[in-house]
Amino acid sequence: MSEIPRMLIVLTLICAACALLLSGVRSMTADQIERQILVNVQGPAVEGVLEGSENDLIADRRDVRVDDRELTVFVGKRGGDPWAIAYQTSGVGFGGDVEVIAGFDVTSDEITGLRVVMHKETPGIGSKVTEEQFTKQFDGRAIEGQHAIEPDGGDIESVTGATYSSRAAAEGLQKAAALYDEVKQQVLTP
Amino acid sequence: MSYMRDFTRGLWDELPPFRMVLGLCPVLAVTKSAEGGLGMGLCVIFVLTLSNIIVSALRRVIPRKVRIASFIVIIATFVVIVELVTQAYFYSIYTTLGLFIPLIVVNCIILGRAEAFASRNGVFRSTLDGLGVGLGFTLSLTVLGSIREILGNGTWFDMPLMWSSFEPFTFMVEAPGAFVCLGLMLGAMNAISGTRAS
Repeated sequence: MSEIPRMLIVLTLICAACALLLSGVRSMTADQIERQILVNVQGPAVEGVLEGSENDLIADRRDVRVDDRELTVFVGKRGGDPWAIAYQTSGVGFGGDVEVIAGFDVTSDEITGLRVVMHKETPGIGSKVTEEQFTKQFDGRAIEGQHAIEPDGGDIESVTGATYSSRAAAEGLQKAAALYDEVKQQVLTP
Repeated sequence: MSYMRDFTRGLWDELPPFRMVLGLCPVLAVTKSAEGGLGMGLCVIFVLTLSNIIVSALRRVIPRKVRIASFIVIIATFVVIVELVTQAYFYSIYTTLGLFIPLIVVNCIILGRAEAFASRNGVFRSTLDGLGVGLGFTLSLTVLGSIREILGNGTWFDMPLMWSSFEPFTFMVEAPGAFVCLGLMLGAMNAISGTRAS
């Protein structure tokens, strides 16, 4: 008779103890994990799109609030003045979110580059949107404009067989471009 | 004497991948390089030893009918700790092993030791058992990873090892190479233990 309550109590206590332990470890490692992603995943992408900056891009990042959302903005400086900004947005692809980092030149209002930093697209097909062949198409475009892929009536050539993935990357860029004016204003006003 | 036995059993008689033929999914998948094999092995030593300790300490408290559920919760907790810690401090190993760290939860070696040994023996003996089986697993994976990396890539722990005109045997680092290599090692182990028995 006392068997069922005992099973419930023991299992509940074990789960509670494990949850407590995990939340402790999680809060201990959270900062370090964020730093690892910053250095290993976002860092190379940001350096790519803000190429030619003279400052430490990771150290000079700053958080801004746009549309009630925290956004980490990387600021590239040349001769002490900001010349370009980059930040991360995402589009919905074939296998989940496609996270992209887009860079914008604040002096000429042009796109400096686009990098796909995280995705779950099909290896060998959708994953091709991470390649330069695809992403270089965005370089140097004016921020004003629609940036759609060809099947959607735009002029970005999509990767063959990977329309969804290509659309997701373009969607990420469109979202970033939509935020551009507000982010630029916040970053440039000290 | 029998304590020694608890430790050494996992190193030959019950060597997980080769003698027991258990936990083959990570064995095949992560041994593309010696580093991957060693990293996976160390993660398993950590999870296996700690889950053995906790399971044996709680063996009189956990009711028999919910023991498997309890073991899985305990094992999963340590696996998530390993995942968070490798992600935070050993990022290169984390990217090499990727999905296979969370999959340690369903590695039957760990649940197998909890059920077959730790739930029936004291804390000290279970610790030795966990360390022994974990070390056996680590050595097996490192050896398999070394063979595949040296033949398939000409390197060992990313150090160039072969002469300059060596043509890497790429087959070895691909999935079919894992099966072939594992099969040959299993055969060799059986031949050795066969001669020892007779």
